[in-house]
Amino acid sequence: MQHIRAHVLICAGTGCKSAGSKEVELAFQKEIKAAGLADEVMVVETGCHGFCEYGPLVIVYPEGTFYSRVTVEDVAEIVESHLLKGRLVERLLYHEPMTQEMIPNYSDINFYKKQHRLVLAHCGSINPEQIEEYIAVGGYEGLGKALTLMTPDEVVAEVKKSGLRGRGGGGFPTGMKWGFAKQSVNDKKYVICNADEGDPGAFMDRSVLEGDPHKILEGMAICGYAIGADEGYIYVRAEYPLAIKRLRVAIEQAEAMGLLGENIFNSGFNFQIHIKEGAGAFVCGEETALMASIEGKRGMPRPRPPFPAVSGLWGKPTNINNVETFANVPLILVNGADWYCQFGTEKSKGTKVFALTGKINNTGLAEVPMGITMREIIYDIGGGINNGKKFKAVQIGGPSGGCLPEELLDLPIDYDSLTAVGAMMGSGGLVVMDEDTCMVDVAKFFLNFTQSESCGKCTPCREGTKRMLEILTRITEGQGREGDIELLENMAKNIKETALCGLGQTAPNPVLSTLKYFRNEYEAHIKEKRCPAGVCEKMAIYTITDKCKGCGLCAKTCPVKAISGNLKQQHVIDQAICIKCGACMSVCPFKAITKG
Amino acid sequence: MDMVTLTINGQTVQTKKTSTVLEAARAAGIYIPTLCYHPELSREGACRLCVVEASGARSLVASCVYPVAEGMVVETNTPKVREARKLVVELLLANHPKDCLSCQKSMDCELQTIAAELGVRKIRFAGGEMKAHTIDASNPALVRDQEKCILCGRCIRACSEIQGMDVYSFAGRGFHTIVSTAFEQGLEKVACTYCGQCASVCPTAAIVEKDDTDKAWAALADKSKHVVVQTAPSVRVALGEELGIPVGEVVTGKMVAALRRIGFDKVFDTNFSADLTIMEEGHEFIDRLTNGGVLPMITSCSPGWVNMIELKYPELLPHLSTAKSPQQMFGAIAKTYYAERAGIDAKDIVSVSIMPCTAKKAEAVRPEMNSSGYQDVDIVLTTRELGRMIREFGLDFSALPEENFDSPLGKSTGAGVIFGTTGGVMEAALRTVADVVTGQNLKQIEYKAVRGMETVREAALKIGEAEVKVAVVHTLKAAKAMMEKVKKGEAAYKFIEVMACPGGCIGGGGQPVPVDADIRRARREALFTCDEACELRKSHENPEIIELYSTWLGKPLGEKAHHLLHTKYNQQKRN
Repeated sequence: MQHIRAHVLICAGTGCKSAGSKEVELAFQKEIKAAGLADEVMVVETGCHGFCEYGPLVIVYPEGTFYSRVTVEDVAEIVESHLLKGRLVERLLYHEPMTQEMIPNYSDINFYKKQHRLVLAHCGSINPEQIEEYIAVGGYEGLGKALTLMTPDEVVAEVKKSGLRGRGGGGFPTGMKWGFAKQSVNDKKYVICNADEGDPGAFMDRSVLEGDPHKILEGMAICGYAIGADEGYIYVRAEYPLAIKRLRVAIEQAEAMGLLGENIFNSGFNFQIHIKEGAGAFVCGEETALMASIEGKRGMPRPRPPFPAVSGLWGKPTNINNVETFANVPLILVNGADWYCQFGTEKSKGTKVFALTGKINNTGLAEVPMGITMREIIYDIGGGINNGKKFKAVQIGGPSGGCLPEELLDLPIDYDSLTAVGAMMGSGGLVVMDEDTCMVDVAKFFLNFTQSESCGKCTPCREGTKRMLEILTRITEGQGREGDIELLENMAKNIKETALCGLGQTAPNPVLSTLKYFRNEYEAHIKEKRCPAGVCEKMAIYTITDKCKGCGLCAKTCPVKAISGNLKQQHVIDQAICIKCGACMSVCPFKAITKG
Repeated sequence: MDMVTLTINGQTVQTKKTSTVLEAARAAGIYIPTLCYHPELSREGACRLCVVEASGARSLVASCVYPVAEGMVVETNTPKVREARKLVVELLLANHPKDCLSCQKSMDCELQTIAAELGVRKIRFAGGEMKAHTIDASNPALVRDQEKCILCGRCIRACSEIQGMDVYSFAGRGFHTIVSTAFEQGLEKVACTYCGQCASVCPTAAIVEKDDTDKAWAALADKSKHVVVQTAPSVRVALGEELGIPVGEVVTGKMVAALRRIGFDKVFDTNFSADLTIMEEGHEFIDRLTNGGVLPMITSCSPGWVNMIELKYPELLPHLSTAKSPQQMFGAIAKTYYAERAGIDAKDIVSVSIMPCTAKKAEAVRPEMNSSGYQDVDIVLTTRELGRMIREFGLDFSALPEENFDSPLGKSTGAGVIFGTTGGVMEAALRTVADVVTGQNLKQIEYKAVRGMETVREAALKIGEAEVKVAVVHTLKAAKAMMEKVKKGEAAYKFIEVMACPGGCIGGGGQPVPVDADIRRARREALFTCDEACELRKSHENPEIIELYSTWLGKPLGEKAHHLLHTKYNQQKRN
C-alpha cells in the first residue's frame, strides 16, 4: 500500500451537499489524479462539521487547514498550490467576522475553539459509511464493555450516576427513565430513538445521524441491554434521506460484524434495530404520538400515565430517548460517569449541541458544556450580531421555548435556569434576533407553527392556540384591542394547564416570554398602533420627505394610486388608500420615502 | 381486589386501584362534567373538560384518564378548575354554530347543557375563523353536520369499538381536524350500516337521524290520505324518556293515544308483524332443518346487520332468513290485506313506522321493498322523532289515557314484544318452532338460556327429541367475529340471531339519548314485563295472525307469503 501523506476531508452533510460538496469532491478526485497524487493524497467524505454557513467545507490534513465555501473552480488551485507546493490558498481561508483576521487552522477558529465536542467529536472527521472508521476511534467499546463486564443494573446505575438528562426537550434524567423500563416485567420490551427532529432551525440530530450513525446504534444497543429489550426502532423524519441512508448502511455493517443481531459479543444478548420513517408531523416527536405512528396509527398523543416505560409500543414497556441522548451513552460507558460529570453544572451534566441561527455571524452547530452563558455562545462562538446591529433577544428551545432579553445574556445555560426564566432547553435551537425584530411578530411566528402542527385532539391546543394566533395577528395588523394582553395571558395560562401533551402545554411559551420581557412592544402595537421595530407591515406608515424631487416614479409604481403630486414637486401618500406594500420606497431613487 | 383511599373535595373515597379519578368521583356522588368521555367507550382524555387538581401532578389532569393513587388529594371544583373548564367550553362554542334554538338536538345537546351548567356567558373570540363544511345528507338514515362536531371522537370509537366497522377516523391537523369517512365520502359510499350508534353517542347534532317528521306532518295534513302507523316493540319502553317519564316505564297505551291525537287514522303494532315474522321465519327454519337447507340460519330483522352482511360477508348471504323484517312485513300486509279489508286503495295509504332504528329508514327504501305494488313503508320515524312530534303537538304525554291498538293489525303476543331485545327473536321463534315440531302446546314458554346481555351467547335446546344448538349475537363487532366462525365452519349452530345494536333494538340508534348499559337494561326488563303481562305469548296463537292466514294469506311459506313476506339479499359494493 502506498503511503498517504495528506487527507482531504470533504463535508458530505446535508448543508454542504446542497452547497455543492459532491461536485467539489469529484473535482478533487479528478485534479488529484491529474496531478499524479492519487497514491499519496486521499479524499474522504465526512459527516457534518456544524459550520454549515461556510460550506462546502474542505479540511486538509495533516495541517488541519480549513477551507470554506469551496467551489469546483477552486479545486485545481488547492491541489496545485496546497497539495503540490505546500502553499495555503489564503483567499479560501476563514476570516473572523469581527476582526477580519485570517485563521488557517480548523482548531484556531473561535467557532470551534470555544466548543467542547463530545457528541460531535467524530462528526466531520470519520467517514460515516465505514464502520471501521467508527471502530478505529473507539466505537462499540462502550457496548463491548457493557455486555462483557457489566450487568444491566450496573449499566443503568452508571447512566444514572452520569447525570445525563434527556436532550430532546424535557430534560428527564435518562438513567431514571431506563430504570423504570428495566423494572417493568415483560417478555418483550422496546427501545426507541426519537429522531423526529422538527424544531425550526434545529439540525443537531440530523448531523449526528449523518456524521456518526454508529454512535446512535451503539447507544440504543446499550440501552436495550440495560432494560432488557431486544428490538429497537429509530423514528426518523422522511425529510432526512441522507440520515436514513447512512443509518441503513450502518445497521447493515453492524449486523455484518455481529455488533447488532444475535448473540452480540457472545454475550447471549440479541438486539436488532428497525428504521421507521416519519411522515413529517411535528407532533410525532411527542413520544406517545411517535409510538402510535410506528404502530401505523394516526400520530396523536395519548394521556400519560401509563408512561411508555410501563406501556409503550404495542403496549410493551418501552424506553424512548432522543438522538443526542443516545449519542452520549457510549461516551459514558467508555469513560465512566465520573469523567462525564466533569462537564456541565451540578444538575445539568455534559454538553449540549445548539443550532445557532438568526442574526448572528457564525451560524451552525455548536456543542458546549452545560452552564456556559448565552453571551459566550452568541458572541464568542457565534461571532456576535451581524451587520453591526444591536442584540435584542434570543429564542431558545424551539417553538415551545421562550425569548430571552439582553439582561439574561449572562444566564448559565442549563435545564433548570432556562425553565426558571420562562424558556426551556428544548432540543437546542437558538435563534438570535437583532433590533430589527418585532417581538410580537416573533411570538406570532412560533405560535403559528405550533397551532398548525397541533394534532387537533385536545380542545385547548386545537382551538386555543388558533384563537391566540388570531389575537396576535390582529395586534400586528393594528387591530389590537384593550384587554388583548390580559386575554392572551389568561389563555396561555389555561392552555398550559389543560392541554393533553407537551406540544400544547408549551405552545404558549413564546407568547408568555415575550409578554414578560417585551410587554412594551405589545402595548405600542395595541395602544399606539405602532410597531417599534417597523416590522409589522400593516401598521407601517410610509411618508414622503422633502428629499422628494417629484420624479413621479413612486406614483407610477403605486398599485393602488395612493400617491399624488405634481412633477418636480414633493409627492404625498394618501394613508387611507395606502396598502403598505412598500413598492414606492423600493423604487424611490432619492431615498425620500421613510417607513415608520 | 386492591383498593385505595383518596380524598376528593375533602371527602374520603375508597375505590378500586384501577379506577380513574372520574370513576372514583362519580361513585362518590361528585359530579365532574365530561364531553369526550363515554362510559362504554375507551378513554381519550381529549376534550379536557373533566380536568381536576390532583396532588403530585404538575398541571391540571383529565380525570377521565388519570388513575387514582393511595393518598391522592383531588379537588374538582376550585376556581382554577372552573376557569379552565369554562375556557374549554368557550373555545368549543367559538367554533360552533350559534343556532341552538333551532337545532335538532336542542335540549338534548351535551354541549348546550354543559355551557349552561358552567355559566359560560360570553365568547371572547367572536369574529374568528369557524369551521366550514357541507352537510352530508346523502343517505336515507343519518345526517352529518361537521360544523357541529366538537371532535370528541365518540362516534369514531363507537363505530370501531362497539360495531367494529371503522367508518370514521380523524383526518387533518390542528384547527382543520375533522372526523372523516374514507376520502370524506358520503356515508352511502362507505361501509356504513346506518346502525346509528354514532348518532346515539354524539353529544351534539353533528350526527343525527335524518328528520322525517315533516313528511309525516304533511301526510297527516293531507285529507286524501289514509295514514296508518306501526310502532316497534322497543319504542314503547323508551319513548317515555323523551317525554319526561322515568327510564324503564312502559308507555304503550299513552303512545297509542298520542298517535291518535296527532291524527293517525289507524294505530297498529309492529308486534303483530313480529308474530307474523315468527310464523314465516319459524317455518323457514323447520324447513331448512328438515329438508337440508343452508344452516345455520341467521335472522334478518335487523337492517343494520343485513347491511353489514351484504357489505362484508356476501358469501354468507344464503344463511340469512329470507323472511322480511317485521317493519317490512307490516308494510306489505298494510297495503294489501288491510287495504282490501278496509276498502281503501293502497295508493291512498301512507304507511308510517315508529322505529328504534335509523337503519330502518334505509330498509324502507330498498328497491325490493315494494311487494304491495307501492313502497310498502313510506315514512320511518325514530323514537326520538316521535318524541319531538308529540312535543310539537303540545300533548301532555303523562296525562294521556291508555288506549289500545286498532284492529286487524294491532293484536300481538308476548313473543312479538320481546323482538325488541337481544335474544328475543330467538326466544319467540323457539316458542313457535317447538310447538310446531312437537305438534303440542308446550308448557315451556321462556327460554332463559338465550337471554342475557353478553354480546355472544349460545345455548343447546331440546326441541322434541332433537337437541338444537343456537347462538345469539348483538353488536356488529360480535357479529363479525361470529361470521368468521361461520365462514370457517366452526359455528356448529343451527340458528343464530343477530342484532346490530348493543342490547338489540332497545339500544337502537334511533332511541332516546343518552343511553348506557343501565338504561338498556331497564328498557329490556320493561319488555319482559310486557311479555309476562300478555295473555298469549306464542306468535302462532295470535288470533289476528290466525285470521290473516286462514282468510287471506294461506300457509306460512305459501305462494302469497313468499311474494309478500320474503325477500332476497344482494352484495353491496362500497368503498
